[in-house]
Amino acid sequence: MKTQDFKRLYVWEGPVRWFHWLNALSILVLTITGFMIADPPAIMSGQEASARYFFGTVRFIHFAAAYVFVGVMILRIYWAFAGNSYAHWKAFLPFSKEARKNIWHVLKHDILLLPEKKGEDSPINVGHNALAASAYVLMFLLALVMVFTGFGLFSDNAGWWLPKLFAWVPAFLGGDFMTRTLHHISMWLTWFIVFIHVYLVIFHDWSEGRGEVSAMVSGFKFLEKDGFKEEA
Amino acid sequence: MAKLDQRETYFDAIAKMGYTRRDFMKFATFMAAYMGLKTSAIAQIADALESKPRVPVIWEHYQECTCCSESFIRSDHPIVADIILDKISLDYTETLMAAAGEQAEAAKHETMEKYHGEYILCVEGSVPLKNDGQYCCIAGKTALEQLREAAAGAKAIIAWGSCASNGCVQAAYPNPTGATPIHKIIKDKPIIKVPGCPPIGEVMAGVIVHLVTFGTLPELDRIGRPKAFYAKRVHDSCYRRPYYDAGLFAERFDDENAKKGYCLYKVGCKGPMTYNSCGTIRWNNGVSYPIQSGHGCIGCSEENFWDNGPLYERLTGLKGFGIESTADRIGVGITTGLAAGIGVHAVASAIAKRREKRERLAKAKANEENLEA
Repeated sequence: MKTQDFKRLYVWEGPVRWFHWLNALSILVLTITGFMIADPPAIMSGQEASARYFFGTVRFIHFAAAYVFVGVMILRIYWAFAGNSYAHWKAFLPFSKEARKNIWHVLKHDILLLPEKKGEDSPINVGHNALAASAYVLMFLLALVMVFTGFGLFSDNAGWWLPKLFAWVPAFLGGDFMTRTLHHISMWLTWFIVFIHVYLVIFHDWSEGRGEVSAMVSGFKFLEKDGFKEEA
Repeated sequence: MAKLDQRETYFDAIAKMGYTRRDFMKFATFMAAYMGLKTSAIAQIADALESKPRVPVIWEHYQECTCCSESFIRSDHPIVADIILDKISLDYTETLMAAAGEQAEAAKHETMEKYHGEYILCVEGSVPLKNDGQYCCIAGKTALEQLREAAAGAKAIIAWGSCASNGCVQAAYPNPTGATPIHKIIKDKPIIKVPGCPPIGEVMAGVIVHLVTFGTLPELDRIGRPKAFYAKRVHDSCYRRPYYDAGLFAERFDDENAKKGYCLYKVGCKGPMTYNSCGTIRWNNGVSYPIQSGHGCIGCSEENFWDNGPLYERLTGLKGFGIESTADRIGVGITTGLAAGIGVHAVASAIAKRREKRERLAKAKANEENLEA
């Protein structure tokens, strides 16, 4: 049997990895505190209200995590221009024929699990998987909805100009009711994508053995040399 | 009935009514305080009411319950009710004028012609548009015709209450009469929205006094509500707010926490989403407001409050998914479906990719042997 060489390739640069994990952490924190704000836990206390600030703290954590979320989002947008080709904004948009072909390939063989024909050209996505890249665009749009509705709801209590820039959002959507509902739905949609993302990353790591999971920690992926065209 | 020929000032009128100057100054002070103005504005208000001729007002009633008028005549200073509304300003209002029938319509048309471009049109109620607007007819004309006619010569329009501002209850799904708020019909006049079901009497008085005193519209927010009264949520001025921040909530209306006066957030209080002055000005001479009486805010001054989920739960309904659907229920459903889908995919891929996997493992073993060799 022919042995196979693997090439160790640096794909995810530092800012991408930092973005990923801070983003994941902030989404987790935002969701937990968000659910608490939507439906606060029943706490009994003998203390006077003046001695406690539990719910205020929950809301503070929610707002602080929101700023982390926005901060790393800005970092990632910057890195979509400054980073390597895998992080570049062009990598996310399925405008080239090749990208569309890759999406079709992923759909056919990874999602629908149709067997690959012998000798069929099997494109390898070194950076983002072509289908996933489109999903991240969707996730970015969802994040924008989150930021706009979130800051819109927050703007009235805000002490500085940035959240106040979003004061038009509730007025545009027809009040805080609708804004809050949209904020809540976007959270569910975000988690919908997160669940698929986590599952498919593990699935690809398992089925292809390229170190998909560890790549987001180390930055390195492993690729079979014979199936891999040198990229500039 | 108003004396149309005589353009007396507000002060002349109240002096005739037997109010003293002291009462008058108290009124000016009250109004300045409600509007959030500086103390120097008290003199401005007094001066305007003393020197400017009264502004003619036509007050129309369409699809509504007259709770706005009821609220107005109960605002906490008698001058508001006696003078501005009842005796002086109103040239036409179905509820309170002495005239009726032909006489009343004649008085209205006289005002519309005589003070064309000068009068204030106050509208209470929404306008039905379905079935040619036949659901609300006054003096043989539909509300839509009445509104267009009255609005043509108005200097400004005040949309009293949630009906005129956003449709209120009669615009709730499925809105059988096609109830429509004023701003969706009249586009070429300045409109002040004073939502609430009803709005607070002092807020209504404040809006009118502002128009009279400064001759301009009060500062409005993006939706067209006066900022002086609608800039803050009920939640932000609520006296139970410390309980909210402490995380102390009433779980049910009859529990110990409710008795202690804890925050009503979890029993559906809509204060955190509702912009109004209930927490500061309060109702019935500042006696109380819903939350102080132990009942959550129902958000009556917000658009679509009737369709925005149950009044006693912290949920918001989603249209198109059935009445009982909520974002959470749908989210849980979708996530469960997704988990099932992931499970199926995992099993299926373990089967479909078993040969590929075996080959890979073989390759990997060969590599390991190579390394050792």
